[in-house]
Amino acid sequence: MATIVGAATALSASKSFDSRKLHLPSRGSLSVSERKGSFLVVRSDGSVVHKAHRAQKLITNAVATKADSSAASTAPKPGHELLLFEALREGLEEEMDRDPTVCVMGEDVGHYGGSYKVTKGLATKYGDLRVLDTPIAENSFTGMGIGAAMTGLRPIVEGMNMGFLLLAFNQISNNCGMLHYTSGGQFKIPIVIRGPGGVGRQLGAEHSQRLESYFQSIPGIQMVACSTPYNAKGLMKAAIRSENPVILFEHVLLYNLKERIPDEEYVCSLEEAEMVRPGEHVTILTYSRMRYHVMQAAKTLVNKGYDPEVIDIRSLKPFDLHTIGNSVKKTHRVLIVEECMRTGGIGASLTAAITENFNDYLDAPIICLSSQDVPTPYAGTLEEWTVVQPAQIVTAVEQLCQ
Amino acid sequence: MALAHVASSTSRSNLLRPISAIVSPNLRRQLSTDDTRTLTIETSVPFTSHQCESPSRSVDTTPSELLSFFRDMATMRRMEIAADSLYKAKLIRGFCHLYDGQEAVAVGMESAITKKDSIITAYRDHCTFLGRGGTLLQVFSELMGRIDGCSKGKGGSMHFYKKDSGFYGGHGIVGAQVPLGCGLAFAQKYKKDGTVTFALYGDGAANQGQLFEALNISALWDLPAILVCENNHYGMGTAEWRAAKSPAYYKRGDYVPGLKVDGMDALAVKQACKFAKEHALKNGPIILEMDTYRYHGHSMSDPGSTYRTRDEISGVRQERDPIERVRKLILSHDLATEKELKDTEKEVRKLVDDAIAQAKESPMPEPHELFTNVYAKGYGVEAFGADRKEVRAVLP
Repeated sequence: MATIVGAATALSASKSFDSRKLHLPSRGSLSVSERKGSFLVVRSDGSVVHKAHRAQKLITNAVATKADSSAASTAPKPGHELLLFEALREGLEEEMDRDPTVCVMGEDVGHYGGSYKVTKGLATKYGDLRVLDTPIAENSFTGMGIGAAMTGLRPIVEGMNMGFLLLAFNQISNNCGMLHYTSGGQFKIPIVIRGPGGVGRQLGAEHSQRLESYFQSIPGIQMVACSTPYNAKGLMKAAIRSENPVILFEHVLLYNLKERIPDEEYVCSLEEAEMVRPGEHVTILTYSRMRYHVMQAAKTLVNKGYDPEVIDIRSLKPFDLHTIGNSVKKTHRVLIVEECMRTGGIGASLTAAITENFNDYLDAPIICLSSQDVPTPYAGTLEEWTVVQPAQIVTAVEQLCQ
Repeated sequence: MALAHVASSTSRSNLLRPISAIVSPNLRRQLSTDDTRTLTIETSVPFTSHQCESPSRSVDTTPSELLSFFRDMATMRRMEIAADSLYKAKLIRGFCHLYDGQEAVAVGMESAITKKDSIITAYRDHCTFLGRGGTLLQVFSELMGRIDGCSKGKGGSMHFYKKDSGFYGGHGIVGAQVPLGCGLAFAQKYKKDGTVTFALYGDGAANQGQLFEALNISALWDLPAILVCENNHYGMGTAEWRAAKSPAYYKRGDYVPGLKVDGMDALAVKQACKFAKEHALKNGPIILEMDTYRYHGHSMSDPGSTYRTRDEISGVRQERDPIERVRKLILSHDLATEKELKDTEKEVRKLVDDAIAQAKESPMPEPHELFTNVYAKGYGVEAFGADRKEVRAVLP
């Protein structure tokens, strides 16, 4: 018991923060609360601050179940509505206003406005030195971003498609991830590497890659995946403010999601998972686009009488084992739904992590639904069957809950 | 390729005569460092340029500068030889790439720039680190993996860094440091520092694609980047003519101007770096090719004699050795006596031996250091051991 709780306390950094109302008006206040220290120490006796109340708050999202939307009142709602790519842009713009060392570099991010319009209008506002159009040379401009980060600048490197960053793998793995360690702490690399990945609509094999599975072993980097406009903006801001290199995974098909987000400034925590729908019967762990397939399946499951707990893990490296662990303790069954391939994907690592830490709490083996281990085909029907579909999720839950 | 041939005769009258120098018998032989009269000395070989004007062959220097060149290069040479012995004694493990023979590049570059300018290089970085202000203790401790090392023992021979004096390492992957160096130059332009970055690489790395990518971007964005090719003519075991269709590395930049420099002549290096710094601040990137030579093999596991003859190595040592060149200059200008220089070398030897002894006393890193510095202090990110139950890391 001590081991499980002990492991879980490790990532309880934000236990004093409410994930929804994470107001961080200035960097200074954050670092003061960090220095309080007590929540940063891992205690081997397993003591942990109780924060179960956090699980009951529902986070509004774009795919709400019927029960939730009926609760929405007709009174004027606070906040403003926007699409996911606009939320990313808002986050980016707020950070660029706030900190003059933030700059963006990537292909067609400047004058063109970004291939997914995430950086639209920023070049006219901030000029060519802060929003830089690069030639098609991923290896070198990622390297240049890392070199600039070594001096204290905060560049955001955009890969037009995550798959192109394979060309920059050496820079990301060796220089980005490891320089802080091999220099004995002298250099910090506050870089953000972001871009869309995942399986789109018949984009072909090379443009439908899921790079999170390749990057997850690199020590020293953090990986997060956004899925809603709310967490897209929050994670973008957190990633820019972080002193560590962060890879922010967006998804090609999620850019046009619409949601109402708060007007006031907020930042999401990079290491926390998001409780999408609390439940009692089974824990479904997912991230990025699969969240919506899961929520669709959840509707069917609710009608069939099941009560799934859906958690969007958001933080792909490191995993938020605290939230996940508490959920496993409650439901005793885990289903992982991911878009990575079966071999060596995020789901594989998550399965291993949960089995290692929470084996005593599991009533059934973990089921991991992943994409097939094939290059993504072009044909529409074949592509559909490469990724996990809601029907498969329903079947898997029924199987788990027998 | 014109190799500079300094007359091997030791007669002082044959050697580089000062064009203008005030030497009066009463004032000579001051070994003090506050002797600042100007000496103008001609480089052994004129510069060859590509798409730009060559700087003048006449280099201004002072006696104290020449004496400091001698001392620094002697320290570097002694340090590398000592590292050789330590490696053979198995106190240094893994890879150890030695710089002896190439000291003039490090020393000449330092004399032309400030600590605010940045230098980034590949794995042959011990002497560059020393030139940037690193101490012998830090070098030997890091080589032996002790905590007093510049990277706390976690980097090793190929990962020396000194942030406060603008030394950005220390990189193991060939060529990867050049885009980093262009990134440093970008940051300097962004912050409007008025400083430049010297990104060093070897003739082996000169064929890497990312170099040309980074050069293209630097030229497009007018970055104050100076790419320095330390051409020691061998990319590990492959001679340059077997690796590059065009071994004229200073011309490989095409639209970027280049300068070829005798890398065994510290004064020529100094002149070229000064010229390059002025150029880069006004006109963007420039390539410097330093024609130099390494006496050791590529690394300690390479004898260095399977792909080149011993005669070649000893020939270069006799005719072009950088320390000998400065020694002859000093002696011909009567800045110090033979004995005083020998005393300097003895002193240097003792300093190196003392540093090694002190480094041997330095402890190995503690086990918990395995998990420090993986992440910068953040929201709560930690690193765990393979066995999450046993090994714990506490954030500093």
